Amino acid sequence: MKFPALKTYAVVYLIFLYAPIVLLPLFAFNNSKVIAFPLSGFTTEWFQMMWNDTQLFKAVKNSLIIAVSSSILSTSLGIFAARATTRFNFPGKAGILGLIMLPMVLPEMIVSMSLLVVLLTLNVPLSILTIIMGHLLICTPFAVAILSSAFQSLDRSLEEAAYDLGETPASTFRLIVLPLVMPGIISSLLICFTISLDEFIIAYFLGGNQTVLSVYIYGQFRFPARVPAIMALGTVLVCLSICLLSIAEFYRRRGIARTGAKDTGGFL
Amino acid sequence: MTVSDKPTMIEFRDVQKYYGDYHALRGINATIKAGEFFSLLGPSGCGKTTLLRTIAGFEDISSGAILIDGKDAAHIPPNKRPTNMVFQSYAIFPHLTVEQNVGFGLRRESLSKDELGRRVGEALDMVGLSGYGKRAAHALSGGQRQRVALARALILKPKVLLLDEPLSALDKKLRENMQVELIKLQRQVGITFILVTHDQEEALVMSDRIAVMFEGQIAQLDDPETLYRRPKSRQVADFIGTMNFLPATAHSTGDGGFDVDVAGLGQCHIPAEQAPGAATGNGVSVGFRPETLTILYEGQTATDRETPGTIEEVVYYGDMTYYDVKLDGVSAPVRLSMRNVPGRPVLDIGTRTRVAWSPSALVLFR
Repeated sequence: MKFPALKTYAVVYLIFLYAPIVLLPLFAFNNSKVIAFPLSGFTTEWFQMMWNDTQLFKAVKNSLIIAVSSSILSTSLGIFAARATTRFNFPGKAGILGLIMLPMVLPEMIVSMSLLVVLLTLNVPLSILTIIMGHLLICTPFAVAILSSAFQSLDRSLEEAAYDLGETPASTFRLIVLPLVMPGIISSLLICFTISLDEFIIAYFLGGNQTVLSVYIYGQFRFPARVPAIMALGTVLVCLSICLLSIAEFYRRRGIARTGAKDTGGFL
Repeated sequence: MTVSDKPTMIEFRDVQKYYGDYHALRGINATIKAGEFFSLLGPSGCGKTTLLRTIAGFEDISSGAILIDGKDAAHIPPNKRPTNMVFQSYAIFPHLTVEQNVGFGLRRESLSKDELGRRVGEALDMVGLSGYGKRAAHALSGGQRQRVALARALILKPKVLLLDEPLSALDKKLRENMQVELIKLQRQVGITFILVTHDQEEALVMSDRIAVMFEGQIAQLDDPETLYRRPKSRQVADFIGTMNFLPATAHSTGDGGFDVDVAGLGQCHIPAEQAPGAATGNGVSVGFRPETLTILYEGQTATDRETPGTIEEVVYYGDMTYYDVKLDGVSAPVRLSMRNVPGRPVLDIGTRTRVAWSPSALVLFR
């Protein structure tokens, strides 16, 4: 090893990054209401407590509805935007794209406050629907960014070849473009799903009396007795995330093997 | 039957194309016959690919007309034209198998599975890829991709096959093999091939006729031999093969020919057919190909004219040797080529020699 200092740095960095996540299951199975070392014994009590929490189920259901809807909607919008910006030149293209991407850098605080003011002024009742609208706003820039790179790497003559061989523009899109950008679409769906699922500020501001998972977890931390159950919930979520990412990575690799493209590493 | 007797397949009528302010095609007029192997040859940016894409329908023209098989193609979209294209990148669909790629164009014809398999098999046989049907398209080599692209385009039995620099991505040996195969394939299927290339040798080898293009215009349209032996301008002569140019003064002799005084070489007569870009007066030039000059070895005599000179550079090619010879009285050295046959040793730089030439091989340029 040429640079031992760099190696140490990398290891410390990774421990710092992932150690807190390892603590979650540790305390989730710990037989004590206090989140502190030393561990006192093994129990699955907290998982049972979590399982019997109807409030939690309602929050999870809300979160899933919101995350699925906003990831599908923002990815659909992203497909249109990415297609338009990579294929066509039109006046005001840079400006329009800038406006689409802006929520990515705007403080969410500002976005949610202004949305709240607008919605209240228009007398729109706060509900899951308003959260979906807010999440659509912040997810779409990510979808556009991911999908643009997918569309960009598509050789234009592939479309021309299909058109030349008798397909219409619509069937060319379905038969050639869509299958080839599918890894990008799946990436976009996953990223948007994740962003929506753990988003707090918009969900808190625009949710009205509808609670989502992130807001629920935050609320539970006020009651020390409920914290171990939250640890159990966190453990379940981590496992689900790992499963989801593994499935996505499997499909990504299969897609690469099928088209013979070069593996450029990461999932994005 | 010669090419000129055949019916017209493509006709360009004063085709103009602008990209904003850029004038890409400046009044193209030409006809391409049925069953002809036609090449569009020119340097990059000359408009040859644009012209090909207007036939396919991928580019609209700004004015003029393109007739394909007698019909104005203006409002016919690419998927309805009787043309198919082999793309420079081959554009093989990477997510499909070889079979699915080749059969792609037949999707709309709702054939039975057997019929589809038979037609795809035929097409693969034609390009020498029998048995490759189940392979993944991305697992093919460059030459194989090229064949898949050909089979995919030919399976629809188009009236015109458009080829956009199809051989430029292949290495030299494979390229030369594919050139011969393409010629054979064209004879076999008998349809019109239109090839875009920047490689003059490729155009000469493969084509019945060649349109040489510069800056959006056709500079000369002729069969390969006429193009090589009697180029109409210095630009065309320079682009196709190697040509020596010497300054000269020319006087018309009334019969269409010219009396020419070439600096250092003396007086000679050039007949009308050797002066397609006719010109008189001072400051014209004559050109001659390297192979029309011959170095005279010991004991050989010239059949026509001979001029002494000194060898300044020797480039050995194996079968040929190129010499740059400074002829006495001529300002710039001229390039000549000699076939390396037994009894004809390669000469050294600095050797005094005699060069035989003939006025009948000279071409007069403006």
